[in-house]
Amino acid sequence: MAARALASRVLGCLAVLALIAGLGAAFGYAPRETVQGNVQRIMYLHVPSVLTAYLAFALVFVGSVGYLLTRRPGWDRLALSAAEPGVLFTGITIASGSIWGKPTWGTWWTWDARLTSTAVLFLVYAGYLLLRGMVDEPDRRARAAAVVGILGAANIPIVHFSVKWWRALHQPSTILGPEPSPIATPIAATLLINWIAFTLLFAYLLAKRMEIARLEDTHAG
Amino acid sequence: MVVWKDILTERRSKESLNALVFFSLLLLFVFQFSLGPERARIEAALPGLLWLGFILSGLLAFGRTFLIERENDCWEGLVLTPGDKSAVYLGKLAGNVLVMVVVEVVLLVLFAVFFAIDFMPFLPGLAAVLALGTLGLASVGTLFGAITAQMRARELLFPVLLLPAVVPVLLASVSATQTVLAGDRLADAAAWLKLLAAADLVYLVVGVLTFEFVLEG
Repeated sequence: MAARALASRVLGCLAVLALIAGLGAAFGYAPRETVQGNVQRIMYLHVPSVLTAYLAFALVFVGSVGYLLTRRPGWDRLALSAAEPGVLFTGITIASGSIWGKPTWGTWWTWDARLTSTAVLFLVYAGYLLLRGMVDEPDRRARAAAVVGILGAANIPIVHFSVKWWRALHQPSTILGPEPSPIATPIAATLLINWIAFTLLFAYLLAKRMEIARLEDTHAG
Repeated sequence: MVVWKDILTERRSKESLNALVFFSLLLLFVFQFSLGPERARIEAALPGLLWLGFILSGLLAFGRTFLIERENDCWEGLVLTPGDKSAVYLGKLAGNVLVMVVVEVVLLVLFAVFFAIDFMPFLPGLAAVLALGTLGLASVGTLFGAITAQMRARELLFPVLLLPAVVPVLLASVSATQTVLAGDRLADAAAWLKLLAAADLVYLVVGVLTFEFVLEG
């Protein structure tokens, strides 16, 4: 118990330190982008959030499958505790992308492929959380949510391709693409620091949320 | 077995199908009133309108999938069905597909009559798109219908869950329908049809594998 609390406190401190470092790097170390100017610095929020969101939804899938196979409530708590920050980070991605899009593309929103599929992702997992709120009985809630979580995850590639063929304006993915990244080292380093910071923050939120869920479960019965 | 039972109940009560057919007629009026009398506008929006009609009818139909069991306290009967639970899923799915096919045929006939559109030359291609699209909608709809059947606010929750999940089916079906209705060869929509088939397969596999967990409760 004490060890767990200590671990989560250390994780929280690390997350704060990394976030400060990320902030410092984004504004101090990373160079001003020549074409877009300072606006481009939104990227250090935008890209790490979306990567973290994907990690979160992968964990929702793992937790869902784990629960259906073992019926241990811990797996369900993992799925829930990953889904909430996942939706949050997807929201941050969309909002920051919107703010970035206004000065660079000249519009808050456009029905581009990546934007649309991220929005669909947001809706799917917001629906997942809504569903969880509608059922009181833990086992039934966990089973229903797990099925939706699994279908949602299986759907991600299908959504991705359908929307991609539908249209495209967003720049192709530069980091996860097959070619070596064309990004300059300071920018890449800043991105990496922020990515680590966001992942740590997510891990901290996840640990805290699971802790709360566990307490809720023990008190509920 | 499950299909047979549902068809029999439906044939005797006729409650869902009658209402659904009437609903699709009403939808047609809504489309007409909201788009105005210009034929060109309706023609341009036709693929989207068709699928809007299908999905709205589908939302009503799929949401009711397990209502008969719930209202008549026969849920345990389904749960206690001997053998593989996925048979119940496939049976319910087949029933839903059948209902949707009836609704789709009715909607197509109504569109043909009211908007003077000749679907005959496009029929084979259209049938292929409709079959794949309907299977996709119905496979997710049946699964989610079972999940939400026992829940509070299910008539609200069901569309909120289903609509984002079937976005790919909708995009692919509308695009493929557009290709078909433009008179192009079916091969031009091949990419969309493949995507639809892949989506159907994924939904079916997830549905078959997870259905027994849904049914327990």
